[in-house]
Order: sequence, then structure tokens, then C-alpha cells
Amino acid sequence: MNSKFIKLQQFLSCICLALFIHIAHADEATPLASDPALEQRLISISEEMRCLVCQNESLSGSRSELAQDLRREIRDLIKQGKTDAEIRTFMVDRYGDFILYRPPVKPTTWLLWIGPFVLMFAGIVALLMYLRRRNTQVATTSLSDDENKRIDALLRDDK
Amino acid sequence: MEYSMIPEIGHFALILALGVSIIQGVLPLIGAQQGRREWLVLARPATQISFVLLAISFAILAWCFYVNDFSVLYVAEHSNSQLPTVYRLGAVWGGHEGSLLLWIFLLTGWAFAVAQLSKTLDEFMVARVLGVLGLVATGLLLFVLATSNPFERLLPAAQDGRSLNPLLQDPGLVFHPPMLYMGYVGFSVAFAFAIASLLSGKLDAAWARWSRPWTTTAWIFLTLGIALGSWWAYYELGWGGWWFWDPVENASFMPWLIGTALLHSLAVTEKRGGFKNWTVLLAIIAFSMSLLGTFLVRSGVLTSVHAFATDPRRGIFILILLSLVVGSSLFLYALRAPKSTLGGAFSLMSRETLILLGNVFLVVAAGSVLLGTLYPLLIDALNLGKISVGPPYFNAVFVPIMVPVLFLLAIGPWANWKSTNLNALLKRLWLAAVVAVVAAILIPRMMGEFTILTALGFLLSFWIIASGVLQIIRQFKVGKPTRSFIGMQLGHIGIAVFVIGVTMVGAYQEEKDVRMAPGDTVSVGGYQIRLVEVRPAQGPNYQATRGTFELGRHGKTEEVLYPEKRNYDSSTMPMTEAAIDAGLTRDIYVSLGEPLEGNAWAVRVYYKPFVDWIWGGCLLMALGGLFAVMDKRYRLRLKK
Amino acid sequence: MKAKFVIPLILFIVLVGFLAVGLNRDPREVPSPLINKPAPAFKVSQLADPSKSFSPEDLKGQVWVLNVWASWCVACREEHPMLVEMSKSQVAPLIGLDYKDKRTDAMEMLARQGNPYNLSAFDNDGRVGINYGVYGVPETYVIDKAGIIRFKQIGPITKEVLEKSMYPIIAQLKKE
Repeated sequence: MNSKFIKLQQFLSCICLALFIHIAHADEATPLASDPALEQRLISISEEMRCLVCQNESLSGSRSELAQDLRREIRDLIKQGKTDAEIRTFMVDRYGDFILYRPPVKPTTWLLWIGPFVLMFAGIVALLMYLRRRNTQVATTSLSDDENKRIDALLRDDK
Repeated sequence: MEYSMIPEIGHFALILALGVSIIQGVLPLIGAQQGRREWLVLARPATQISFVLLAISFAILAWCFYVNDFSVLYVAEHSNSQLPTVYRLGAVWGGHEGSLLLWIFLLTGWAFAVAQLSKTLDEFMVARVLGVLGLVATGLLLFVLATSNPFERLLPAAQDGRSLNPLLQDPGLVFHPPMLYMGYVGFSVAFAFAIASLLSGKLDAAWARWSRPWTTTAWIFLTLGIALGSWWAYYELGWGGWWFWDPVENASFMPWLIGTALLHSLAVTEKRGGFKNWTVLLAIIAFSMSLLGTFLVRSGVLTSVHAFATDPRRGIFILILLSLVVGSSLFLYALRAPKSTLGGAFSLMSRETLILLGNVFLVVAAGSVLLGTLYPLLIDALNLGKISVGPPYFNAVFVPIMVPVLFLLAIGPWANWKSTNLNALLKRLWLAAVVAVVAAILIPRMMGEFTILTALGFLLSFWIIASGVLQIIRQFKVGKPTRSFIGMQLGHIGIAVFVIGVTMVGAYQEEKDVRMAPGDTVSVGGYQIRLVEVRPAQGPNYQATRGTFELGRHGKTEEVLYPEKRNYDSSTMPMTEAAIDAGLTRDIYVSLGEPLEGNAWAVRVYYKPFVDWIWGGCLLMALGGLFAVMDKRYRLRLKK
Repeated sequence: MKAKFVIPLILFIVLVGFLAVGLNRDPREVPSPLINKPAPAFKVSQLADPSKSFSPEDLKGQVWVLNVWASWCVACREEHPMLVEMSKSQVAPLIGLDYKDKRTDAMEMLARQGNPYNLSAFDNDGRVGINYGVYGVPETYVIDKAGIIRFKQIGPITKEVLEKSMYPIIAQLKKE
């Protein structure tokens, strides 16, 4: 039986609205974020990370508490002047590669990243070989016009 | 307390159906093998009886939901007396057991249709096709009766049910599974035809002709089912996304990709007798993907928002079923395929080659999606750690593979069968190329930002549309177009429309997260959105906070939107119901967030240009399929 | 039969092999990258007495167990009896890390259910948890004399985990 983890309870609540608190008064609505440029960077970084609680959502969209805490951490790291790569390393050091939606390129993922293109190459090569071989053989088993007409007649018939 | 016996009837119907399916599966196949006519002829009546029994069983389950019979465990777990009637019926397939019953019901339905519409088909073939379908049904019925009985009782009955997840209480969600399953299950017919022809040793063009309309019909439903799921996610989940490369989304997309390849391959096999082995293999793979998808969703092997509650026993059972069905099919293929003969010859530059090339890319695309979806499992099984493979991977890999397909789409229909002249092709297409390049340069400039990716999107989509228009013009000069031709144009143009939608929304959407008090306005996409008020509201089984927003341009109000935050009685989690003003060229999407200090609210607004073209494109494709199926060649008249 | 026609069957068998193995794995579990790495340093106030603080440094030279818990966590109640048993056996100091909790709620839970911990540290904003890779309470770490994390239990501690994993590891680390 699945364990009664808090993350399963929060699983149901994972609908997105990143929450930021901001106080201002104006007729033209003010952005929730105090620094939209920073928020943009937060979104682009956290979009490629996985929420560990609701594991089918990105860190950017998840409403779970852990996601909010992690976004707070990322915001702090951005303010400290860390680069995107350093922020990713921060997360991976604590949660492992699992938290990255973009699998890092390392020996265990070579097959993953190269695979599709190897497949494509192999497919085209196989196709060319097949076509070349086929052209030397000739046979006709397609339906002749006559046979086609007979089938049409059969299909149209009332029996 | 008295309990109704009706659920028991439903259960009994399933047991009977199992017996009939065994007869349907075993006897006709042996009969065809040994030439025993008395066993051959059992196929049709067995199929008909199976269908009736499953219809009864399914109707009874629906009845139990309708009358709120909480002495049935499945009903108690997925429904609730407060649930509006419509959603009570949708809840029938809201969980594992009921959706599986739907699966089998639709399977017997498809088999029934084949039985009724195959009066002119050779009776050995009929016996084999229906026999294969019977075997599949047998496997699934065993699974249901052994591990997933929807009629299991809950005694004493619950006072009230647990209710349906609020996310699922939505019209889109009611139709999404049936559509999808019609597609998944429909590929079983092409599968059955393929197996039947392998068994008979007669792998010829006639088989392809029979398979084609069934496959196209299944493909139409799958297209609609996927589109419906995507559209639902967009308007229901509150953040405007429409595709997440979630494992279960992928599980439906892979059969679609293979099915599209199959459709085109069948065309070649029918017309030119070529690609028989390849087409048969595709037919087997398409249905295998359907079964694999069923396994992935119900076994707990992958994490997904879609996944049903899992039970290791079920996972093992489906895996065994999957292994037997697919394993034996591929074994049969390995045995019999080499014996088939080649079709007509064709040169390197011909429609056949182009279709085959497109097939290669489609299959590679499906393979890549499979690789990405299963890779975390692969790494874990090898004890190499845990990784995640998400949208960044799929987008990076899928797009480059599909570019050649889109490019070829515009060229294929111009190429002649057997052999075509490259120069002649270029002459036909240069105008389309010019239109494409112009669009690729102009439109991004008009929309405000030029990137290579967006230019590529417009290049390909306009390339396809221009080529299609030119084909239509040429066709009208020659004569009235066949429905087949119309279908092809709609299908291809549908994809182009889809690509335009994806490109536009991906590149030019605007999003703003703002704090709004009544009277405040936010601008997005050239529109102004003004918050009028926020007040409480009441629904049949929820309490809500509803915002009133005026949407307008140049001072004039065009529309009023009412986004809500709902608290369902049955759930502690608040649900966001976004308000969307949909239009041909854009959606404006308003989502109400948390209350803030000072009588203000967190509000998220989106401007999404051409987003409805995504699903519009899918509709066009489905419509194209419909025209293709209705072509005069396939019109059969039922026995009067 | 010709070789190339068998390829689909072979690929399928390999696939089924992986799926069969996958049935026994939990795709949701996130193993910790901190195993065999130093326990991240921190200094926070204690739950019972805010004027006192706690840091992993304090237990350098001993094998000890850090259990992340909270009063709002349902699964924590499940494992509580095991923690009580562990503290009674006195194999190693048991330190609690009260994660994103209210002091009053936490103290009340300990009073009601019994306090198995030598002491509990109070991680108010969850920062310590993040540094330890906590993603779902309860989680438990076994830390050796040099301050290196040697074992992590994700989820409630069961009798089996205690007897088959934790006690043996603690015994072994003590010998080092």
C-alpha cells in the first residue's frame, strides 16, 4: 500500500500559481514580483526542475510547500549572483539528478541523448539499403485493374 | 437491509462473456487452420453474443452509478450523491476497474462491427480476424475477473461515496477516455487483420484494402481523444499549458505516431502491393503500443498524474498479457513474414519512397518518445541511479525528428507512384517554397520577434498549406475531387494549422502575475482587463470565490470573465477554474489566485495568440480522416 | 527464419525484461546523493529550549541518528513506536529535526505520544531540511563518528528497516 506521505496528500493540490506577496496601491495593477527580471530567471530555471512532491509538475508551477521553499532558495541564490549552472549544482547536490527535467549528459545518459539520432541514421541507412536491393527484384502482386473492378463490384453487391 | 442483485447480474454477464470469448477465440482459429467449417461459422454469433453481454454488463455498472448504489465498492470509491448526474456517469470510467470494463466493452463493439460489416469477406479470414479479437478479449476478461472486478460489493454499503476528484468533474474529461479508448481499441482490428493474414499465409493487397477504413476510423478517434485531453489540461489545470510529455500522454501519443505511419503504409500496400511486411509489423506495433500504454498507466511502473491506483498483482497480470499477445504476434511475424512476396517495383524517386521515408521518421519519433519515457526505468533497473526525463528532453529530440516529416508532407502528394521526375516536382513546388520563405520572414517580424525556431515553424506550416492549395487548384482543373483526396488535404493542412498554433503560442504568448484590487486594470496582448469585484458563489457541490473581470480594448468592454476558486465539499484542495475568452486568433485567460492584503487578489492573466489552432488543427485532421473513410470505395451496404 | 525478422521479437523481450524489473521498483523514491558525504553543517535552536542551540558538530566522534519529523505529519505517527524502541535500546543518540512546525504543536505531540529523542532541533523555515535533501517527512539519517552520512531511510521506519538495516549499520559504524 502506498505510504501516507505528506507528498501524496499534496499530490492532489498541485495546481499552479506561484505565489509572491507584494504590497502596493495603484490603478494599473502592479506585478506581484518585486523584481520581474529576477522572477523571469527564476521561472526559466525552475521550469526545468521537477517538483519532488507532485512529481508530475515542474518546480515552477507546483503549489506544494517544498516547491515554494525551493523557489525561495533559488531566488536567494540568484540574488547572490550565482549562475544558472551553479544553481542547478546546488539542487543536484541535495536531491540528485532526479530533480532535473533535462537529463544531464553523462555516460549513463549517452544512450538517451544520442539514441534518437542513431535511430534516425540507422533508419535512413536501412531504407536506402532496402530500396537498392528491391530495385533488382521485380514482381507484381498488386491488384490489377480487373481485379480492382471485381472487388468494387463485390463490395457494392447486395447479397 | 436489502441489497439489489443487479450488480451480480453484471458480474455474471462478464463470466458468461469470458466463456463466449474463449469459444470465439479458440474454435474459429483452429477451424480455419484445419478447414472445419462448423467451427469457422461460430465466429460471428460468438462475437455478437459477446458484445451483447458486455453491453449489459456496462449498462448495469452505469446504472449502479446512476442510482447511487454504494454497496458496490467501485461506485462508493468514485462517486457521491452530491455529484451531478452527468459526472456520475463520467465516473463510471473514472477509475481502473470501470475504465477497463469500458475498454473491453469497446473491444467487443469493434469486433461486432467487423462481424456485421464483413459479409463479403472470405469466411476463413473472418474467422481468423474475429478469433484473434476473441483471444484478446479473453485475456482482458480474465484480467478483470481475476484482479479488477468492478462489481465487487462493499457490505455493509457506505452511507455515501468518496466522490470523484474535482479535477475530473468536467465535460471534457467525461468524453476524453471513451474517445481515446475507441482509438486504442480500434487498432486491435488492424492488428487482427494482420495476424489473420500472417496465419493464412496470404499477405496480399486485399488485406490492406480491408484494414484501411478500420485503421483510419480508429486513428480519427485517437486524434480526437488526445486533442480533447490536451484541451482539457489547458483550460482546467490553470496554467495554460497543453502538453507535458507526461508518461501517460506519451502512452497515447506513441500509438498515434505509429498509427499515422500505418495509415500511409496501408495506402501503399493497397495500391501497389508494396511494404507488406512493414505494414503488418506496423499494425502489430500500433496495437502493442496500445497495450503497453495500458500497462504503463495501471502498473505503477511510472509516476504520472494519470496513473490509476496501482496494485502489483495487476501489473504482473498485464505484463503477462502484454508478453503473450505481442510476443506471440512478433514470433508469428518472424516465422511467416519472410515468405511473403514483394509488391510492384518503384524507383528511388517516387511517392512510395517518400511515404516510406516519412514512415521511418514517424517510427523514429515514436521510438524516441518510448526511449525517453522508459529511460528512468531503464537506469533504475540497472541500479545506475534515478533520473528524470521531462519536456526539455522531449522537445529537444522530437522537434528535429518531425521537421523532415513536415517537409516531406508537402512533397509526397505531388510525387507519382512508381516513379516521379525530380524536375517536374520542383516545377510544381517552387511557388509553395516562395510562399513559405516569405511567411517565415514576415510573420515573426509582424508579431514582434524573430527567432530561427519560429521562422522554421512558419516556414514548414506555410510550405504545407501552399502546396495543399496548389494541389487543390490543380485537382479542380482535372475534375471533381474524391473524398479520399479531400481527406488527404484536410489531414495535411490540419497539421500545418496545428504547427501554426504551437509556434504562435510558444513564441508570442504573454503572461502577467499581478496584484489587483477592485478597479485595477492590467494590460496584456493589447487588451485591458479590469477587476470589478470578487464575491462568494455557490455550486452544486462546491463553494467558490468568483471574480468579475471586464475585458476590453480602447476603452470598450468586449467581454466579462468570471474566474473562480472552488472548494469542493469532497476535497480540501482548492481548485482553480480559469476564465477564458476564446477567439479565432487568440485566447485571453484569467486565473484567480490567493487573496492578498488590502482587499486585493493575486491574478494571473495570459494572452495566448492562435492557441485554439492547436486543437483546430487536430479537428481538421480528424475531419480529413472522416472524408477518407467515406470514400466511395469503402461504402458497403449492409445486408437488407 | 531470416535474421532481421526476429529483431522486433528480441527487442520486445528485452523491453519486457526491464518492465518486469521495474514492477519491483518505486518510481517516486528519490535516493539521496548525500550518502558517504559529510552531513551538512547547521546551527539552529532546540525545540524545547529556544535559548539552547544544536549543531551536528556537537556529536562529532559518536555514531548518531537524525530523524526528520513534524506534528502535522501522519506517517510520523506510524513510525513513532519504532523510534521509542530505538531510544530504549540506547544504541545511538536519537536527535529529532522538527521540520516546518509550530513549537507548541510539536511539544504537544511529544507530550502526548512520548519523546524518544535526546533532543529535537527546530528547523523553522525548512532550510536545514533542504540542505539534507528532505522532500517528504519522515526521513532518517545515520551519521558516523566523522560526521559522514552513511545511511538514509526515506519514509517511516518499520521494524524490518530497524532490525535489518539500521541496527547492523550502527553496530558496524561504532566499530570503526
